[in-house]
Amino acid sequence: MQITMSVNDTEYSAEVEPRLLLIHFIRDNLGLTGSHWGCDTSNCGACVVWLDETPVKSCTVFAAMADGHRVRTVEGLERGGELDPVQQGFTECHGLQCGFCTPAMMMTARWLLDNNPDPSAGEIREALSGQICRCTGYENIVRSIRWAAEHEAADRAGAPGEFGDSVQEAAG
Amino acid sequence: MTAATKEHEPNGAYGPMRRKEDARFIRGCGTFVDDIQLPGMLHGAILRSPLAHARITSIDTLAAEGHPKVKAVITGQTLAELGLAWMPTMSQDVQAVLATDKVRFQGQEVAFVVAEDRYAARDALELIDVSYEPLPPVVDAHRALDPDAPLIRDDIAGQTDNRIFDWAAGDRARTDEIFAAADVTVAQDMLYPRVHPAPLETCGTIADMDKVSGKLTVWSTSQAPHAHRTLYALVTGLPEHKIRIISPDIGGGFGNKVGIYPGYICAIVGSILTGKPVKWMEDRSENLMSTSFARDYHMHGEIAATKEGKILGLRVKVLADHGAFNGAAQPTKFPAGFFGVFTGSYDLRTAHCEITGVYTNKAPGGVAYSCSFRVTEAVYLVERMVDVLARELGIDPAELRMKNLLRPAQFPYTSATGWEYDSGDYPRALRLAMDIAGYPELRREQAEQRARPGPQPGHPGTLMGIGMSFFTEAVGAGPRAHMDILGLGMADGADLRVHPTGKAVLAISVQTQGQGHETTFAQIVAQELGISPDDVEVVHGDTDRTPFGLGTYGSRSTPVSGAATAVVARKVRERARIVAAAMLEAAAEDLEWADGRWQVRGDPDKGKNIAEIAMAAHSGLELPDGVEGHLDATTVYNPPNLTYPFGAYICVVDVDPGTGRVRVRRFIAVDDCGVRINPMIVEGQVHGGLADGLGMALMQVIAFDPEGNCLGGSFMDYLLPTSMECPSWELGTTVTPSPHHPIGAKGVGESATVGSPAAVVNAVIDALAPYGVRHADMPLTPAAVWRAIQGRPLRSDLAIT
Ligand code: FES
Ligand code: FES
Repeated sequence: MQITMSVNDTEYSAEVEPRLLLIHFIRDNLGLTGSHWGCDTSNCGACVVWLDETPVKSCTVFAAMADGHRVRTVEGLERGGELDPVQQGFTECHGLQCGFCTPAMMMTARWLLDNNPDPSAGEIREALSGQICRCTGYENIVRSIRWAAEHEAADRAGAPGEFGDSVQEAAG
Repeated sequence: MTAATKEHEPNGAYGPMRRKEDARFIRGCGTFVDDIQLPGMLHGAILRSPLAHARITSIDTLAAEGHPKVKAVITGQTLAELGLAWMPTMSQDVQAVLATDKVRFQGQEVAFVVAEDRYAARDALELIDVSYEPLPPVVDAHRALDPDAPLIRDDIAGQTDNRIFDWAAGDRARTDEIFAAADVTVAQDMLYPRVHPAPLETCGTIADMDKVSGKLTVWSTSQAPHAHRTLYALVTGLPEHKIRIISPDIGGGFGNKVGIYPGYICAIVGSILTGKPVKWMEDRSENLMSTSFARDYHMHGEIAATKEGKILGLRVKVLADHGAFNGAAQPTKFPAGFFGVFTGSYDLRTAHCEITGVYTNKAPGGVAYSCSFRVTEAVYLVERMVDVLARELGIDPAELRMKNLLRPAQFPYTSATGWEYDSGDYPRALRLAMDIAGYPELRREQAEQRARPGPQPGHPGTLMGIGMSFFTEAVGAGPRAHMDILGLGMADGADLRVHPTGKAVLAISVQTQGQGHETTFAQIVAQELGISPDDVEVVHGDTDRTPFGLGTYGSRSTPVSGAATAVVARKVRERARIVAAAMLEAAAEDLEWADGRWQVRGDPDKGKNIAEIAMAAHSGLELPDGVEGHLDATTVYNPPNLTYPFGAYICVVDVDPGTGRVRVRRFIAVDDCGVRINPMIVEGQVHGGLADGLGMALMQVIAFDPEGNCLGGSFMDYLLPTSMECPSWELGTTVTPSPHHPIGAKGVGESATVGSPAAVVNAVIDALAPYGVRHADMPLTPAAVWRAIQGRPLRSDLAIT
């Protein structure tokens, strides 16, 4: 069947099998491999992308169901060549190790901060509870998202958030 | 919260530093195996056995071959004709690549389809018709050696039962003597159940055989690319220099990606047969059901002590379930891995263990999963036994540990089973953990809670439990004279090139799966050469571009390759000294390395840094006779000993006696892994390991039903900790450098996984003390806890209630 969707503000049309999963469409057909696949049972959340304004597990959505909709993936997180504060937070606070869960974690984090700009650690944990990270033990992911929240708040207040104040570059 | 002791804080390039690798991952630009698409690439899928034990009577692949998108169907028969139906395991056993005679576990590989896309390959699996004649399975390890147990490995000439090995360590006669004379002896059976590492990225491979050059390129989720290359050469007969293994970004390994799996061989054969690149990625069920599991140790521990609580000896019997093929990976001389360090952190006079390995109709494997070659099981055993003893003697577990811990003056310490611990200050680490936890206050709170009426079943409220563990790790395998894998000594190489402008490229044999090697190894070079870590590129994960070495597992990257890196950088620095001497017109002996450069002793104004020296080394500068120019160097590091990181962990839980639910309220972890190159990364490693340990203690288990059906074959059934189960970890640091490691580092990747399960279990059992519960096996799920409270503990490895 023929489908058309906007992914990270670019229109794509393709002829696909009705059973094709959105995650496979994004990864294999569009070559946007930042979103990952990690389980057969909708448990791991490595595949989270936005469908319109909502994070979804794209292994549990048929590509056909995204026909006529907007999809946003990690590749669409950067805006105008600027890293999203969530991306900055993850690197500042060591919120990633192998990096496999990271894109999906960041997509959920971006959604959370858009809807709750000042989430508590508990609210962050709740928001991430459908996603698994095997490497970080979650603590630094929570800190990364708090970092982003605080820097966005500072930005809104007019004081530019400083990139690099939690971890110093090692002296050469 | 972090509490640090300051006395050994390193300077220079060491310290928290943002990771270089993050730049690609946060943009979604990592390159994992499944991200790679090659022109004309085909996709493989594996047909697996639905039965745990059955004879194959026929396989009909005609319909599958007729599928319009199918390019090849490979069976055991196809492989047998190529001599590839069986492959060697890392433990001197063989494993079926595709079954020819029998299937020996549920999920075993039976046929391989190569098709144009991944969906079609899966469709074609449905078209293969296999007839099985079911055989009785061996599921309970305790029945594997029964005289009437079905023989699983009838393929091995001379094998008449399901025994794999018997192995012992320590002094049996002396241990028996000490036990016979001791005031107090206590025994406890305990199971460290079968678990699976389950990295978020499953295993997979792309094989591309170039017909013209005869070169095979394999992109693989491999923690040990060089070992894989050598094994492929030995298995397939392809010349080793015509095999290139590329291990790109790896989505977590934890030991799961050490071994070679049948799918990898099938992809290679598929590429040879079709002339196209073939990708095979397992799905999650395949990952959990067929690739290497871990643990599965049924242990009987006994501990002997004086009535004052001085521990005298330990005696252990282990039944080790290795599944259908002995696919465990550990140094050859150690069939039970490093379980021999089970005397732990205590000053014991004597100890003895005996371990019997058995085959069962379960997936092969045996060592993987952040365990430092079975140190995990050893630590769990001793730390549970110490708590059991504490209960018996009515002594606080912290006090009992403090009384028996090795003292700093005893290092280097040779344990009762012959391991030489390099360095440690154990009481300091335990004291720090107790300080962070506020241990006396916690005990006071618990006493107050216990003094109040309730909580009991039917009453509201929870039971507070406090548990601790003290672990000593044995990592960095290892000294080549004692440690090899399939005859390959466990030494690792490092090459360091310094460009004329002083920028450096380091090539190492180990392979990151998230540990941040591109950053920390650059920091080591930077520290040694006085340059910025940003000016050091780290190359790894490609056998064509890196020196030989055995890879990353057993927390060996920093102890072995980190040492190789420091050594090779020092070689470069010594070469630079000669060049600097020529530049400064001084004698090399008169130069000293200070402030990151060579300078004339007593005249610090006269000096040259590495960038200046590198340019000169590539120039027409006249050098002394015999000095070749350039600064590049190479080395192979053969560790003189293992390193012995250690730590003290304290866990606080609240258990709901009505439901059996355990909530981890706090977890305090003090780790001493020697000198820390990048403390930010070290803490991240600890966090991850703690979550892992919590998962094993409370949630994760691969169990089987009486027919041998795997009951942990998906993330619906094999539960991993999420952000909701994990507390905010509270870390502390002590630093006791390793005396024999060039930079004093010890390795940390597995410490927290090794040390934490016992702390969690000890906490839960402590909470259940009012019910008289002395032990219950992991995972302490609500059902397991509730049944323990009822006095009818669950056997967690079998689906028997
Ligand atoms: S791939 Fe696991 S939830 Fe989508
Ligand atoms: S960083 Fe590896 S799974 Fe999260």
